[in-house]
Amino acid sequence: MVEIVVENLFFKYPEAENYVLKNINLIIKEGESIAILGENGAGKTTLAKNLNGLLKPTQGSVKIDGVDTRNLSVAKIARKIGFVCHNPDHQFFAETVEEEIRFGLRNFGFPENEAERSIREVLKTFGLEDYRFRNPFQLSGGEKKRLAIASIMVWNPELLILDEPTIGMDYAQRLNIQRVLKKLVSEGRSIVVITHDVDFAASLCERAIILSKGEVIGDGCLRKLLSDSEVIEKASLKKPFLIELEEELGFSIMEEDFDEICDFLTRVFPKCHS
Amino acid sequence: MNVVDLRSVSFRYAGSERNVLSDINLKIEEGESVLITGPSGCGKSTIARVIMGLIPHSYPGDFSGEAYVLGMNILENPVSRIATNCGIVFQNPENQLFTFSVEDDVAFGPENLALPPYEICRRVDESLRLVGIEHLRHASPNSISGGEQQKAAIASIISMHPSLIIFDEPTSMLDPSSSASLIQSIFRLKESLREMGKEITLIIIEHRINLLINHISRMIVVSDGKIVLDGDPMTVLNESFERRIPINIPPLLRIYFRIKDRCGLEKPPRSLQELLSYLREDGWGRNG
Repeated sequence: MVEIVVENLFFKYPEAENYVLKNINLIIKEGESIAILGENGAGKTTLAKNLNGLLKPTQGSVKIDGVDTRNLSVAKIARKIGFVCHNPDHQFFAETVEEEIRFGLRNFGFPENEAERSIREVLKTFGLEDYRFRNPFQLSGGEKKRLAIASIMVWNPELLILDEPTIGMDYAQRLNIQRVLKKLVSEGRSIVVITHDVDFAASLCERAIILSKGEVIGDGCLRKLLSDSEVIEKASLKKPFLIELEEELGFSIMEEDFDEICDFLTRVFPKCHS
Repeated sequence: MNVVDLRSVSFRYAGSERNVLSDINLKIEEGESVLITGPSGCGKSTIARVIMGLIPHSYPGDFSGEAYVLGMNILENPVSRIATNCGIVFQNPENQLFTFSVEDDVAFGPENLALPPYEICRRVDESLRLVGIEHLRHASPNSISGGEQQKAAIASIISMHPSLIIFDEPTSMLDPSSSASLIQSIFRLKESLREMGKEITLIIIEHRINLLINHISRMIVVSDGKIVLDGDPMTVLNESFERRIPINIPPLLRIYFRIKDRCGLEKPPRSLQELLSYLREDGWGRNG
C-alpha cells in the first residue's frame, strides 16, 4: 500500500526564474486511477517527477507513506513507485529486450527463477515474445513504448506512473494497455497516467487532476471535470467522445469499446431494427 | 515524374529474423497529401527511412528492390543529396533542434548549401513567416513549448525549399489543441507555397487519423510490412473497419461503419449531432 501526500508544493528548475508548479496540494491513495491532464508545458511531467522523488520540491513537501522524499533514495522509492517516461529512448540502455526487463528485477534482488517467470509473463502481456533478443533501439515507436512499460511493470510497483503511455500505439494496443492497467487497478494497485489522450483517460481513470500553467485547476471525478467546457478550454483539452455521446443521448453508457457502444445504439434506436 | 517510386522494396534490419518491409510498391505523384498509417510496428517509419535514403545508407540490414526519390536512385545518391530536396520532421523535435536560437536552426540548412548570406536571410524570414513563428526568432529552442518546437523543426526544413516533406508522427508530443493547430498550419503552408508557384508533396505518418481525415487526398494502410490498402481515405477507412485492421478509426466513423447498413445511413455523418438527429427522426431515443 502506498499513499502520497503533496503539501503546498512549489517547484522551479535550478537557475530558472519562474515556478513550473505553484502551490499544489494533493493526496493520492491506494487503488486510485488518476489522469493528469493539461496543455503542453502545464507542468504535468514535472509534477510526476516530484511524486516519485526524481525531483525534490523547491518549497513545500511530498511525503510517501509519511516520509519526505528529501529523505528517501530514488531507488527505494522506485521499488514502490514505478515511472515510465514519455520518451523510451531516455529509459533504455541494455542491448536486448530481455536485459532491459531483467535490470530492475536484478537490482531489487529477485531470485533468478522468479525473475525468469516474471519476464516471460510480461513479454506475453505486451506481445513482445518474439523480440526477446532484439536490440531495444531497433524497435518501432509503439514497440519501444510497450517495452518501456513492461520493464517497469515487471517488478510490480504499488503505484505506476505512466507519462504518455499511448503515443505511437494503434487501436488494438491501446485497448490492450487499457485492459492491463484496469486489471492492475482491480488488484488494488494505483496508477497515475499523464496523457493528452482524453478518450484513453476517460475509459480508464476515475479521477482527473487538471493542470494549467503550473496550477491545479481541477481535481476530482474525471467525467464531471471533462464535461466542464470552461476547464476543457483552459487546459487545451477536448471532450472525450464517450462523454459527448452520453451528453447528447441524455443517459450514461456502461459499454467500453466501440463495438459494444454500436450494439447499444442499435438496440436503442428502432431505425436500426429494419 | 513520380516524387516517390518504390519497386518491390524489401528490408530486414540487421539482427532481426523477419522482413520489416516485404515487396513494397508505391508511387506518389507531385502535390499529393498522403497519410500512411497502420498497426504499431508495421513498418511505417521504415518506409520513411527508405524514402530518405537512410535505409540502406545509415541502417544496417538487407535491402532489395529499387527506390527512387525525385528521380534519384537512393542507392546511388548519398543521404545528404536526397536531404537537400526531401525533408523529414520527426516525432520528437528535441532530437532535431540543436542550436541556441530558432533562427540559427532555421538558417543551418541553407548555410550548408553555401547559399549567399542575403539568400539565407531571405529564406529564414520566409520560413518563419510561413510557419507563423516570427516572434520566436531569437528564442532558445529549449525554452519554447513542444508545439512551437515542432513548428521550428518544420521551419528549418522549409528553408531548404524541399519538394517533399515527410512527417513522422508530428503531433504525438502535443496536446489536442496544439495538434489540431499544427496540422492546420502544415496544410496552410502547402496552400501558401502553391500560391507562390511551388507544389510540395506531403507524406504524413500518423496514428491519429481523426486529425487528418479532412486534409488528405490519399490514405495508405501498412500492415506487417506490406501495403494492404491504398486509395481514397473514406474507402480505405471503411475497408480497414471491415477487415478489422487495428488502426485508430475516428469514433464517429467507427460507429457509422458498424451501423450504416442496419440503419440505412447513406453517407458519413459530419458530427455526432447529425448522426443522432438522423437516428431520432422517428422520435425515439430522446431524453425523457
